[in-house]
Amino acid sequence: MNVLVMGIGNLLLQDEGAGVWVVEEFEKRYETPEGVELLDGGTSGIELLQYIYGRDVLILIDVVRNGDPCGTLTRFEGDDVPALFQKKISPHQLGISDLLATARLVDMMPKQVILLGIEPKSIDTGLELTPEIGAQIGRMADLVAEEITALGIPIMQK
Amino acid sequence: MATRITIDPVTRIEGHLRVDCELSGGKVSNAWASGQMWRGIETILKGRDPREAWLFTQRICGVCTTVHAIASVRSVESALKLEVPLNAQYIRNMLIAAHAIQDHIVHFYHLSALDWVDVTSALKADPKKTASLAQGISSWHLNSVQELSQTQERLKAFVGGGQLGIFANGYWGHPAMKLSPEVNLLATTHYLQALEVQRRANMIISILGSKTPHIQNLAVGGVTNAINTDSPSTLSMERLFYVKTLIDELGDFINNVYLPDVCAIGAFYSEWTAYGAGVMNYLSVPEYPLDTKCTSFAHAGGYIPNGDVSKFQPIKNFQDEYFIKGVSESNKHAWYKGNADLHPWKGETDPEYTDFQDNGKYSWVKAPTFHGAPAQVGPLANVLCMYAAGHAPTKKYTEKALATVSSLAGKTVGIGALHSTIGRHAARAVRAAVIHETLQNQWQLLIENIGKGDTTIFNKPEFPNGEVRGVGMHEAPRGVLSHWIVIDKKKIKNYQAVVPSTWNSSPRNSKDAPGPYEASLIGTPIAVPDKPLEVLRTVHSFDPCLACAIHLVDKENKEIVKVRAL
Repeated sequence: MNVLVMGIGNLLLQDEGAGVWVVEEFEKRYETPEGVELLDGGTSGIELLQYIYGRDVLILIDVVRNGDPCGTLTRFEGDDVPALFQKKISPHQLGISDLLATARLVDMMPKQVILLGIEPKSIDTGLELTPEIGAQIGRMADLVAEEITALGIPIMQK
Repeated sequence: MATRITIDPVTRIEGHLRVDCELSGGKVSNAWASGQMWRGIETILKGRDPREAWLFTQRICGVCTTVHAIASVRSVESALKLEVPLNAQYIRNMLIAAHAIQDHIVHFYHLSALDWVDVTSALKADPKKTASLAQGISSWHLNSVQELSQTQERLKAFVGGGQLGIFANGYWGHPAMKLSPEVNLLATTHYLQALEVQRRANMIISILGSKTPHIQNLAVGGVTNAINTDSPSTLSMERLFYVKTLIDELGDFINNVYLPDVCAIGAFYSEWTAYGAGVMNYLSVPEYPLDTKCTSFAHAGGYIPNGDVSKFQPIKNFQDEYFIKGVSESNKHAWYKGNADLHPWKGETDPEYTDFQDNGKYSWVKAPTFHGAPAQVGPLANVLCMYAAGHAPTKKYTEKALATVSSLAGKTVGIGALHSTIGRHAARAVRAAVIHETLQNQWQLLIENIGKGDTTIFNKPEFPNGEVRGVGMHEAPRGVLSHWIVIDKKKIKNYQAVVPSTWNSSPRNSKDAPGPYEASLIGTPIAVPDKPLEVLRTVHSFDPCLACAIHLVDKENKEIVKVRAL
């Protein structure tokens, strides 16, 4: 089994960086098992294609704006992961959703894709998470561990 | 009757750019470019250790991570007058070159080619005809009938499944799409191949930068790549020779695919050499330093006023006063307090939001000027300046590209055609070919320098107690980038990043002169107002990137193009 756990986001824009914070928190709490790789995907788009290539499972962690109260955790799997925007001006905007659509086009899509999302409160300039989102980072790191366990990979706390 | 079109956002990942155009008689008669988000990221840096600023600045943007790291370390080195060891210069230069090549390929194929190429038309192409057409332009080994047929089958499966995926919502069948099904199939095939090629360019960055995205190998005063020709845990000969293999693969694609494709599209859309010129003052800075003091460079920089190459003024080095004293920024039409033109070391960013006022303030982007005038930056400015400076590889590839376009178009196309929308694409491809030669040279220089026994990679920075100022210049893929730093008592007192898209997406300045995006749109014919493909062609030709990457997954649907009668 070859699993990539990738946190996405901009650390300079408060809650926008939540995905990256979760990956760091996971690393503090758990021994990363064999066959699992962690990646701070930062603010990048198409460059990440090289990390998706050849994976069985991709666990993405990102902020998801769904209109729910801030701090709400969401989980999408397979076709429910928003693989493209329904309204786009043109096909020139490469974000994570577009990255997945591109991976699908060139047959680089992992067999299983899971998106763990959190509804943000503020994405203003700032290095700190808002308290509401900060309080959920530990829980999200545990959810990542649960996903890995569910794949049949034993995981140990540090 | 006049019509107003608002496009918001023009791009998503690269931040929030809004463009408003007024149409009369089917042409753009007035235009406004507006940054829709306050950056203010520089405020995070105040009071911090200057040695760590680059780790923050490279997170400003999702596309140009490496460039903000480079400009930041250079700004501190400039303030301290700190020399950078040769090995560190060469390694940085290779990172800069590999990043630029990756960026230009992705921009052309994945961010803008579909403004010109109709993917759905490619389904109707005859792969045999396509292959013979392709073989007339280039000897690329992946232009075979088999390869082209496979692409077409893959597209059919994609479209047949009702899922256009990444190609959804393109302007397919738009009256301004003019390529034959065969050219569309060829370009779409290269779109897919380019995804693999950009991955190879990125591998060079991974090997030298330790990690991508967001490289980890820089330091104020050098790099952290320990050099030991035999040890596998350092930068060894084995790794360097692998990098050489990757460099050669990139050259194959640039010279046999990217440059010929841009020439072909330019020839088939030659009417676009008449649109999109806009501001013809071109600004570029020198790049690829070749000595420890940053006084000699592989690429020249300079300034060309009014598109007149004979008036070229060189910018010679990172200490050049003509550049350092020439830059200022105005807030007259930006949502900040004040009207004055201020030098970046004295720059102020106190927000003062009004509504979108056509004749007042309407953007979060300040208006930078060079000696009082707006300036266009980017590959076109860079290529024209290097051409004016007599840079041999630039002359070679520019002339090669113009000759190819002339033969395909059946008429003579001269260098004047570059002052246009399609000209910006041509210049970017020429620049990629030039940079590829530079990348090869820098690799050779690094190998030779290590061969002499030099393994120095770092000079330790020493900070004085008093105030010092510096500027970090970088000719980034989108053009002139400058980071301006004031250090006091060993901490950052002021920091301003004047990014390439600030120059190009500038609002009107203190004299009400429009910025490059705005000026370039005037006079462009628009066939279908609610599908303003022509506006996107010109704005995308600049490779727009407002430095504030947002990666939010947004499930809400929002209207993007609004059209109203005035």
